[in-house]
Amino acid sequence: MDILSLFIIVPVLTILALVFTKGLQQARITAMVGSLIQLGMASNLVIAYFKERAVNDSIMLFTKDMIWFDHFNIHYAIGVDGISVALLGLTAIIVLAGVFISWKMEDLPKEFFISLLVLSTGVYGFFISIDLFTMFVFYEIAVIPMYLLIGIWGSGPKEYSAMKLTLMLMGGSAVLLVGVLGIYFNSNADGGALTFNILEIAKVHIPFAAQKLFFPLTFLGFAVLGALFPFHTWSPDGHASAPTAVSMLHAGVLMKLGGYGIFRIAMFLLPLGAMEWSWFFIILAAIGVVYGAFGAVRQTDLKYINAYASVSHLGLVLFALLTFNKIAWNGAILQSLSHGLLTALFFALIGMIYGRTHTRDINKLGGLMKTLPFIGAVYVITGLAYLGLPGFSGFIAEMNIFVGAFENPDMFHRVLTILAVSSIVVTAVYILRLVGKIMMGPIIDEHHHDLPKVTWYEKTGILLLLIPIIGMGVAPIWLSDMIMASLQPFIQGVLTH
Amino acid sequence: MNLSYLLLIPLIPLAVFLLLGIFNTQIKPAVSGYIGVLGLATSTALSYYAAFQYFFVSGKVDGVYQTFVEKVVWMNFTETSSLKYLHIDMGILIDPISVMMLIVVSTISLMVHIYSRGYMKGDDGYTKFFAYLSLFSFSMLGLVLATNLFQIYMFWELVGVSSFLLIGFYYTKPSAVAAAKKAFIVTRFADLGFLIGILIIGYYAGTFDFQTLNAVNPEGEALLLNWASTTFMGMSVFTWALILIFMGGAGKSAMFPLHIWLPDAMEGPTPVSALIHAATMVVAGVYLVARLFPMYYFVEEGFVLNIVAYVGAFSSLFAAVIAITQTDIKRVLAFSTMSQIGYMMLALGVSSYKGEEGVGYMASMFHLFTHAMFKALLFLGAGSVIHAVHSNYLKDMGGLRKYMPITNITFLIAALAIAGVPPFAGFWSKDEILVAAFEKNEFLYFIGLFVAGLTAFYMFRLYFGIFWGKETEYTHTPHEAPISMTFPLLFLAFMSIIAGFIPFSEFITADKVGFEGHLNYTMAALAVGTGLFGIILAWIFYKKENDLAEKFAHSFGMFYKWTYNKFYFDEIYIFVTKKIVFNLVAAPIAYFDKKYVDGTMEGIGNKTVWISRKIKGVQSGKLQDYAFSFVGGVVIIALVFIYLWTN
Repeated sequence: MDILSLFIIVPVLTILALVFTKGLQQARITAMVGSLIQLGMASNLVIAYFKERAVNDSIMLFTKDMIWFDHFNIHYAIGVDGISVALLGLTAIIVLAGVFISWKMEDLPKEFFISLLVLSTGVYGFFISIDLFTMFVFYEIAVIPMYLLIGIWGSGPKEYSAMKLTLMLMGGSAVLLVGVLGIYFNSNADGGALTFNILEIAKVHIPFAAQKLFFPLTFLGFAVLGALFPFHTWSPDGHASAPTAVSMLHAGVLMKLGGYGIFRIAMFLLPLGAMEWSWFFIILAAIGVVYGAFGAVRQTDLKYINAYASVSHLGLVLFALLTFNKIAWNGAILQSLSHGLLTALFFALIGMIYGRTHTRDINKLGGLMKTLPFIGAVYVITGLAYLGLPGFSGFIAEMNIFVGAFENPDMFHRVLTILAVSSIVVTAVYILRLVGKIMMGPIIDEHHHDLPKVTWYEKTGILLLLIPIIGMGVAPIWLSDMIMASLQPFIQGVLTH
Repeated sequence: MNLSYLLLIPLIPLAVFLLLGIFNTQIKPAVSGYIGVLGLATSTALSYYAAFQYFFVSGKVDGVYQTFVEKVVWMNFTETSSLKYLHIDMGILIDPISVMMLIVVSTISLMVHIYSRGYMKGDDGYTKFFAYLSLFSFSMLGLVLATNLFQIYMFWELVGVSSFLLIGFYYTKPSAVAAAKKAFIVTRFADLGFLIGILIIGYYAGTFDFQTLNAVNPEGEALLLNWASTTFMGMSVFTWALILIFMGGAGKSAMFPLHIWLPDAMEGPTPVSALIHAATMVVAGVYLVARLFPMYYFVEEGFVLNIVAYVGAFSSLFAAVIAITQTDIKRVLAFSTMSQIGYMMLALGVSSYKGEEGVGYMASMFHLFTHAMFKALLFLGAGSVIHAVHSNYLKDMGGLRKYMPITNITFLIAALAIAGVPPFAGFWSKDEILVAAFEKNEFLYFIGLFVAGLTAFYMFRLYFGIFWGKETEYTHTPHEAPISMTFPLLFLAFMSIIAGFIPFSEFITADKVGFEGHLNYTMAALAVGTGLFGIILAWIFYKKENDLAEKFAHSFGMFYKWTYNKFYFDEIYIFVTKKIVFNLVAAPIAYFDKKYVDGTMEGIGNKTVWISRKIKGVQSGKLQDYAFSFVGGVVIIALVFIYLWTN
């Protein structure tokens, strides 16, 4: 069995095992073991990747190709480069942390964990595929369980939020499908057969007119998931209603599919279209960065604040991608990883706070540091990491983005870059407002004097996320060099067309 | 010179921080205090050893102090092979000013550690406090040793965060939380400028490395860096970068108009104010300019240095005037700090590069050194007083000399030092600053001289107000602080006396070649005269209880009120942040998002539902409707076909 297909087989086997479990205890143990194996596989993959990369300089490693649907030349084609390896690692970490955070999922635990693992299967499949069609299928597999997860296990206006989220993402998918098919039907531009294989399409010179037409469709299809302004409004409502682990997975991993898809498909396959359109989308992205940050300043619900903060931080990813600069691209991938970990940790902590105080309204919370010292301390650390403190993952990601964006010396990019850089101040404002209100100050609600202590599974979940955040921030060179080495084909694609 | 042991200087406090931070609850307070002090003592010993090695053994080659660097690549922005190899290094840079700063930071930090063992006794967060202090010491030492702009920026942010944590140490107090937030956000705003400046330099110079950026040709007359190649709005891009970097420095060093966070920062425990907001972190801005001094001096013929000088001079005057009217003793000291840092900036701003013309640079560093000693002493003394009377306000004090003899004497020494009375430390460094200012710009000199008089006045107003003046009735009889608190006072008092005799000009100069300093007697006499005048005035006003001061204040009327309210700068900032940013930017965005952006999406959804409802009506289930539609459809299609056919 090859090392990559395992990323689909193991979750599927876990799901099968879950079907036969009874009760919470069995379900969570099974899910935990399954995700633990996935994390082990991801670590193994990183090591194997470094070894293989030293001797093999093709774009994708561990490739495998099986014909799946002959008539349309659809293949089950897989392979990874440094970018997908990093994102696979991120997924494995967040899934395992999510399982720990859902340790006390009393409602239909079996079904919950099954949906969670279906989602993660889709994500894994998406990251390892190099066939457009297969990729699209996995994309849909990842998005659909969201509806169930929010609709069944959510809180508040959950049906509304689930419907809104699903419809907006489906709308994006529809547009995306048109884009994907557009790419497919132009993949024989230099002669030869039509193909869905990304590496082969990348070699083809798709006519400029087609690129110009299909780039915005492909881009927008993914950008809805990446919370591009003004298509972000599904995310605050969706997050607010979603159960903790789902918010973690959604903001931590699923939203990363957007940026990854844009990079791997829209920009890699349609570089001319991308250059043609970049001025327009980069404005939207830059607006999103500042807009999301200011939006977060005004919110009072913990999850809404994080949702808007995500709009801002993921706006930075899209912004970086559209600058067409290798340093910024590296930053975009790092930011995806960093934001994934940080936001998952934030949602996990919010879940713990909500589980104890039964409110997410920051005006009803205060002085929690006193009663929840561990959660409080981690919350402050996460906040500081989120606002880009050196020593944590956010800093290196942002610095790569800013340094890279600054490499475009024209006035247009300069102004947008400075606009994007200025978001670090607004980020500080909303993070400190949050920390100052809920963690510091006097205790507002007298019921909060005595709250249950943090449990072992919560601690495990926290540490799983916190350790890579610090690791990335303290010793970034391994990761950033690994990603940088994989960016070369992309920049070549832009240069040679 | 072997540098590897120098790595331990910042790393030991880091280890202490991790130890105390992670095992916060397991370690007993008594032990954690010792761990903190011991860690810092080791760092201090290493710093002193390094200074000795550097200045007296192996630092000088042919009369020039060398720069030693040891570094590793921390992160690559571009491939090592690329033409423009941008990367971030981590390492240590040893040159005269970094070694001097090591001494300052480690000494003051050690004293504050020792002092805190007494001051913080019995506090709930005792261990946490020492953990934070260690974090700060680590960050500050890392900042001092930084080899490149990015490294200094990183540690710059870390000291900012330690400052945030320590100001907000009493986190259940809303005012402390507000002050901590304010300090962080204001400096963060300034750091935005710093960061953009770094980005500009990275792009146009292709490096962040201090040594490369500061490299000067062998004659010492020009920068190797080609700064004039690209211009923006009539000035070199490097000029803009340096202005922006100075903005960062001004934020950290509380220069006007980014000073507003400093007085509020006094909400933190007093030892913190002594360490961070008097002696070390707030001079980081001065250090930054000094670190990039060759760039500041040569780019655009020192244009930015003029800005530095005027901002420094104005801040120094502005703060000194406000300090006169404040009644919270820590706030008086905070404004005094701002004023003295203004002095240092002024001195840097008027300095030249070569030889004796670089006296301003030397004077600035000299004053940084002496100021750290006597200002830390003043704060620790104030802490001792606050500890005894449980109040920050002058009105609750008076006549304390009888109860607290050691605090009284040491505070007096510090006050004399800051007032510039010979032979105390402040006299020597201030004299050099005034000499440097006089040579370059007489207007700035007179501001400096005037501020010297004001300084002496407000400082002795404070001194007489605390230790003399009215005999206050105390509910608890105040008593002298324990030895852990008085020892640092005595040590710093000793330093405040002798620090002035260090021949600074032989060690620390802009071009790293020592020169022989000498006293300018006329200048010195003028400065001392002004200082004494200020002291005498304070003596008349405040030595005995009387209403002279009040009458005098009232004769200023409006001006006094404005000064007392710090020229309403806080109100302006609150207006900008609350009214403009919060209500005029954030609130409309939130509204726009809900109403229009989300509204549009909802609209699309609702329209779809509406349309589907309409269409649903067609499927009524009534046979006659279907029959009607069927017949109608057939007729229409038939007509269409007939039409097509006939044509």
